[in-house]
Amino acid sequence: MIATRDAYGEVLAELGGENDKIVVLDADLSGSTKTGVFAKKFPNRFFNMGIAEANMVGTAAGLASVGKIPFLSTFAIFAAGRGWEQIRQALAYPKANVKVVATHGGVTVGEDGGSHQSVEDVAIMRAIPNMTVIVPADGEETKGAIRAAAAYKGPVYVRLGRNKVPSVFPAGHKFEIGKGVVVVPGTDLTFITTGLMTAQAVIAAEKLKAEGISARVLHIGTIKPLDKELVEEAARETGAVITAEEHSVVGGLGGAVAEFLGETCPTLMKRVGVYDRFGTSGKSDELLKYFGLNAETLIEEAREIISRKK
Amino acid sequence: MKEKIADLEEKARRLRVAIVKTLHKSQSGHTGGSLSAIDMVCALYFHKMRHNPQEPTWDGRDRFVLSKGHAAPALYVTLAECGYFPSEDLMMLRRLGSHLQGHPDSKGTPGVDVCTGSLGQGLSMANGMALGLKLDGKDNRVYAVLGDGELQEGQVWEAAMAAAHYKSDNLCAFIDSNGLQIDGDVSKVMNVSSISDKFKAFGWNVIEIDGHDMGQIIAALDAAEAHKGAPTAIVAKTVKGKGVHLFENKASYHGVTPNDEELPEALKCLGCFD
Repeated sequence: MIATRDAYGEVLAELGGENDKIVVLDADLSGSTKTGVFAKKFPNRFFNMGIAEANMVGTAAGLASVGKIPFLSTFAIFAAGRGWEQIRQALAYPKANVKVVATHGGVTVGEDGGSHQSVEDVAIMRAIPNMTVIVPADGEETKGAIRAAAAYKGPVYVRLGRNKVPSVFPAGHKFEIGKGVVVVPGTDLTFITTGLMTAQAVIAAEKLKAEGISARVLHIGTIKPLDKELVEEAARETGAVITAEEHSVVGGLGGAVAEFLGETCPTLMKRVGVYDRFGTSGKSDELLKYFGLNAETLIEEAREIISRKK
Repeated sequence: MKEKIADLEEKARRLRVAIVKTLHKSQSGHTGGSLSAIDMVCALYFHKMRHNPQEPTWDGRDRFVLSKGHAAPALYVTLAECGYFPSEDLMMLRRLGSHLQGHPDSKGTPGVDVCTGSLGQGLSMANGMALGLKLDGKDNRVYAVLGDGELQEGQVWEAAMAAAHYKSDNLCAFIDSNGLQIDGDVSKVMNVSSISDKFKAFGWNVIEIDGHDMGQIIAALDAAEAHKGAPTAIVAKTVKGKGVHLFENKASYHGVTPNDEELPEALKCLGCFD
């Protein structure tokens, strides 16, 4: 169990030692986003921009244009939300080599409430041309994703979480941008999941096995570009797809999969996520239950979709 | 020096002619703000900045950010005159397939380092460049041109705060203060006065000049370079549409191009009788 943001802090500091082109910007949240680990090790290459996200994005664009590889971090709501137009104009439009690593995505922000719970960031980042959008499942995948983002030339949005999450991938897991991973094989239906919902899908698949339902778990770490090959294969081979994400069902992973399958391979489908509403204050585990973002919901939806298949 | 100034003035006149011809051809683009900014852009590219048109991405170059990206014609005619790309390209401004986009686009145009045009963002980029160059121990300088109406964007002041905080003395921003924006007088739409006091309050070195006086422009650029410990804002009083009386001080010429009837008169004003 490790929070993806903690894995980020660790790997970013490692990368800092390997590549002196890497610079880091934060907007007064370096303790929470874990960029503080890098800041302590490489103070000259760390820029605290204060509570001014728009300027932080533009500054990163300038740093990239003189050859740096900037990583900028703040909470997802401020990175993607406050900085959206700057990310579009200054990063994506010119294909600037800047990595936006947003922590505290989704409802697990918890007690801070709906104002701080970003359930739209993946949708609005995904809508921008040239953007790559990554939502790791666990700490190991986060490390791989951050390394892949650093090696990739162009803008990347990585969405991380606040809380500790169960491990899905073994140590040393190789992350490849744009490649999904079949975590659990299965034939009756496929859970196509991202972020912390992948661990929940693994639990659900295990329990469904006892009922004689064979559920595949396809983890999509890169929402954009979507691994169309594995998604289509899952749809064709299992005939039913349930997407799950800690994000609005509008425009995120569920949206991406529905758009793609609707045009190429119409399939029985259900999207599990936040149904077009804002978050609310509460403990993160309470909120996951409140929004139905857990294995229990996936099991119910699996039974439902299997009954529709017949 | 007198000769140098005369040379630059002649260069600026020719660039104004190119702006008018380019915008007449494109029939789309921003005339007033291009003509107000051109003397400063001219002084930068033909006097102050280290750059190499034969090698647009030369590592040793100073950087330029046209934050008021709608004055793209001023930048494009200057880059063409320097030799970054053929002058014939100017006749394709804003056309489908042209590298000369409506607003500066680093993906296609040699000599353009960042994408600007969505107002208020260029100073942040310029300061990012300044921070990166300093980090590398380079003495290269970064220049930006902002509009006065553009100062209404809050991000400008986030950037102003950051540049002073990080003591970016390798950064120099011109404020092209022509006093007009799309809806009318800047002072009436949303007053930004006093520009100088604001930048001073944010910790900047401030120099006030006549933005069409080549001698003052050059002197201010030298003074900016000499000033250590803080970025410099050169607040330049300018005339929107400068050089062509038909367009001068008219907000209505913000995004309007010379038509067939206006063209001969406009060129005559600029001493061009081709």
